[in-house]
Amino acid sequence: MPEQRKSQQPVLQLDRLVRTHGSGATEVHALRGIDLSVFPGELVAVMGPSGSGKSTLLTLAGGLDTPSSGRVVVEGTDITTASRRQLAALRRRSIGYVFQDYNLIPALTAAENVALPRELDGISARKARASALAALEEMGLGQLADRFPDEMSGGQQQRVAIARALVGDRRLVLADEPTGALDSETGESVLALLRARCDAGAAGILVTHEPRFAAWADRVVFLRDGSVVDETLRSHADSLLHGQAAGQ
Amino acid sequence: MSIRHGLLALLERGPRYGSQLRTEFESRTGSTWPLNVGQVYTTLARLERDGLVAPDGEDAAGHTLYAITDAGRTELFQWYERPVDRANPPRDELSIKLAMAVGAPGVDIRAVIQSQRHATIKAMQDYTRLKATALAAVESGRSHERDDVAWLLVLEQLIFQTEAEARWLDHCEARLVRLSLPADRRAAEPEPPQAAAETPAPTTTQPRTARSRRG
Ligand SMILES: Nc1ncnc2c1ncn2[C@@H]1O[C@H](COP(=O)(O)OP(=O)(O)O)[C@@H](O)[C@H]1O
Ligand SMILES: [Mg+2]
Repeated sequence: MPEQRKSQQPVLQLDRLVRTHGSGATEVHALRGIDLSVFPGELVAVMGPSGSGKSTLLTLAGGLDTPSSGRVVVEGTDITTASRRQLAALRRRSIGYVFQDYNLIPALTAAENVALPRELDGISARKARASALAALEEMGLGQLADRFPDEMSGGQQQRVAIARALVGDRRLVLADEPTGALDSETGESVLALLRARCDAGAAGILVTHEPRFAAWADRVVFLRDGSVVDETLRSHADSLLHGQAAGQ
Repeated sequence: MSIRHGLLALLERGPRYGSQLRTEFESRTGSTWPLNVGQVYTTLARLERDGLVAPDGEDAAGHTLYAITDAGRTELFQWYERPVDRANPPRDELSIKLAMAVGAPGVDIRAVIQSQRHATIKAMQDYTRLKATALAAVESGRSHERDDVAWLLVLEQLIFQTEAEARWLDHCEARLVRLSLPADRRAAEPEPPQAAAETPAPTTTQPRTARSRRG
């Protein structure tokens, strides 16, 4: 990934990001100055104990909350100084969210759910449907297009939610415990899809406390009490089995 | 790790010579447990002494071949059926290290835990990538499919093992943080679900099988 970093702009850049709730005696430092960049093609996992600031980081990155100080730059636009209209457009066009509870609209089919953000963006219903079908097809979910959420398994719903998060040319997907409600096999298929979307050029942040899912990421960032305490980089796996791990 | 039984299992498929056994053993396990030829020959010598294998002539190139005996076959199938012995859990350096770090002067146990967590998660990232490659090979039906499946299973075992280690480290940290709170606050804090659900005492020799989610 280092070659990529030199030649490409980050999709998401967090600069000295601080979020403090309340004041005085009840002050809570949810984030204490986070620097993080996520590049095209990169999946970054965020791990840390409960209350360490993982969800706060994601909501700030997605423009759903405002930092106390610091910058959030998405595809070159500082969303902390953008107008409300600009921010709304950026949220619709550039950023996709996946939450633990899939948040599909029960009255809409998979294709309609995926088409919705495009329609909200002012694209004709026909075009939105075509791009939704294409997105589902590309992710191997074509056969689900006309099913309603309650006709799908949890894993299928979550994969449709990822399709919705990345429909159009949105390139940033923010996933907060997307595998939380799934069994491990199904969780794995959701992760495989997220990984594939990043391999195809999207940038992703995955909040998880499951080490097995974090291991799909290119980088794992550890948060504690609102600060990054450590991060791993991906190494060359070939050296692994001949190094220290071979003796385990 | 039972090299003896590994070699018997390969010989059960037909006579083989020493370096061939080594190559096949490694391609099965993806070089996870590298063998040297010396280990293979000393193991073959012991198997022969115990009547579990017997020399079986030479191949065209003059390699001495070994074949499994009936007694060897009986031993092999008993091995497949027998659960792995847990009476003496292997000494684990990490457990010993953390046990020593508790209350050790000048040692920040959370830093010890984090440095191990880093290494453990990184190993998992690497295993996961190897697994994705192995899975692609198996699903494409390419090459030595049997070896690829065997390698996949070995990798997944490594992933489960490192996962258990990572979970245990999280548990240790949560436990230590909790124990370091003043007693009055501790009483007020709800018991974290994980701490409640997991086997607390490291003194037992039972394998830890309890798996729980943290909030
Ligand atoms: N709206 C809020 N008001 C006050 N404190 C909050 C609010 N949202 C989050 N927090 C606090 O900020 C910290 C980080 O929370 P969060 O980002 O949800 O952590 P995580 O997702 O890692 O569990 C916690 O101490 C939490 O209690
Ligand atoms: Mg959270």
